[in-house]
Amino acid sequence: MTPVAGKTTSSRKLRRKRGINTILLFIFLIYSFLPLFYLIVSSTKSNAELFSSFGLWFTSAFHLFSNLREVFTHDDGIYLNWLWNTAYYSVVSAVGATFVATIAGYAFAKFRFRGRTPLFALILGSIMIPQTALAIPLYLLLSKVALVNTPLAFILPSLVFPFGVYLMRVYAEQSIPDELLDAARVDGAGEFRIFFRVALRILAPGFVTVLLFSFVFTWNNYFLPLIVLNDPTLYTITVGLAAWNSQASAGGGAQALFPLIITGSLVGIVPIIVAFLFLQRFWQGGLTFGSLK
Amino acid sequence: MSSQVSPEEKSQRSEGPSAGGRRWRQQAWVPYLFLMPFMVLFVIFLVLPLVYALGISVFETRLVGGTAFVGLDNYLRAFGDANFWQGVRRMVVFGVFQVPIMLGLALVFALVLDSGIIWLRNLFRLGFYLPYAVPSVVAALIWGYLYGPSFGPFTQLAELLNFPAPNFLSNTWMLASIANIVTWTFTGYNMIIMYAALQSLPAELEDAAAVDGAKGWQIALYIKVPLIRSAIFLTVIFSIIGTLQLFTEPRIMWAIAPQVIGDHYTPNLYAYTLAFTNQEYNYSAAISFVLGAVVVVFSYTFMLLTNRGELRSR
Repeated sequence: MTPVAGKTTSSRKLRRKRGINTILLFIFLIYSFLPLFYLIVSSTKSNAELFSSFGLWFTSAFHLFSNLREVFTHDDGIYLNWLWNTAYYSVVSAVGATFVATIAGYAFAKFRFRGRTPLFALILGSIMIPQTALAIPLYLLLSKVALVNTPLAFILPSLVFPFGVYLMRVYAEQSIPDELLDAARVDGAGEFRIFFRVALRILAPGFVTVLLFSFVFTWNNYFLPLIVLNDPTLYTITVGLAAWNSQASAGGGAQALFPLIITGSLVGIVPIIVAFLFLQRFWQGGLTFGSLK
Repeated sequence: MSSQVSPEEKSQRSEGPSAGGRRWRQQAWVPYLFLMPFMVLFVIFLVLPLVYALGISVFETRLVGGTAFVGLDNYLRAFGDANFWQGVRRMVVFGVFQVPIMLGLALVFALVLDSGIIWLRNLFRLGFYLPYAVPSVVAALIWGYLYGPSFGPFTQLAELLNFPAPNFLSNTWMLASIANIVTWTFTGYNMIIMYAALQSLPAELEDAAAVDGAKGWQIALYIKVPLIRSAIFLTVIFSIIGTLQLFTEPRIMWAIAPQVIGDHYTPNLYAYTLAFTNQEYNYSAAISFVLGAVVVVFSYTFMLLTNRGELRSR
């Protein structure tokens, strides 16, 4: 990649170019971090300090721990409920959705069968459906079978993850050689045995990627839980924080809910950020094979 | 269950690979069995609600007389509903500015990172992508506070410097303020998609172009960008869909600035209000379908436009 001719001038030029590029991107990096930095700074302030001090720097007092205590004890510790709910809904949905999407994606990638192309087009096309078009009738149907206001009302619809089918199909096409499957068939292995013993092992990185995507998707979802869960003890973090925000805005800040919302937001994104940082290989891998087609 | 090898299969095995075709046909149901769990969920939680919505959209619930079949009345009402089209128009204006800015930035960053002419590459890649992990509710809350006139740091800074502080939550600025939140959240995500596509291009390509005397930006613009156009295409389609369905950010801003954002600021917000505040489920379903049609029209128009461009360039 580095040019060979004219070494000294070009390497100096290259270094200058590199410097300019780095500075330009650094500006955007500050922009990317600014809200998160603000969140961290603000979570150390009391309600009065939020109004009286400069927003982007710390004050001499440190109220993080009292804010945290407030978050976890306010309204009989309902936030802990939300945190637990969100984790519970997200883990169950993600594991289920990923498993179902993996089997389907594998079938699309490795079998030729009647209806394969239109079925896949149908699944892909469903990504374009507006969320209201689905969520509102879903709410009406779920209330008919008395599932509204139960965890299942959010978990079951979250098991449908069409993008996961797409990702697994592309991943299976790229990673599992047909010869391997044929060899297993010649050896007399049944299709299910081949899938569980041979294919699933190769698909593991793709599996983790789809798992992460669907986990984050469920964790961050707002519209569906907002509609199908009305009991505050069943809320997710996003719905709960939004409810606190509505209360705080309606009360003109008199209720001192702002530190609660800010610290609650910080606590709510920590698990996602941690998952993101530790499993970044899979995130990026997922987008790589997602974009190739 | 299938781990058992049936005698029949064994005999086929002894016949050799030529028997593969026959066994293949015998197990034609296998792919459907693999697809079944997903398809069952897909039908129950996606197809069924859609069909149900389509069904109720041709009825009307009246205070007197109960539910009555009204045919396409709800759709006709939707086509003449200024509140709905105002929202659609607002989202089109939003998209015309926000999507090119966001994807333009994403493409430039992806090209710079891919060129390798930069320090701290991994820090940038990770840092730009990080906002995508933040739930849009939390992103909207934080930015809402940052914008806020009471304790937002931007206002504080402006006051400190004796500037007139722009009110980011006013009528004039709100759309741009929301566009900024969306840009903040999704630029890195789109960048990673494009970056991944760039990384999969063969390295010889760049060397060959460099030997031919092409400059760095020429290689980027004339060689790399056309080669990753399917990835760019994907980001545009996702952005069109996301823009027309905007809900979370305006809904959070609605609580923060209720006098600016009404119940029909975006089409999705309107459909939500119709259903859950006004209990007009039938009409809300019709609105959702019209919005779905708008999404399809815009996505399809974009596909046609790019296909034509490709034909011309051939």
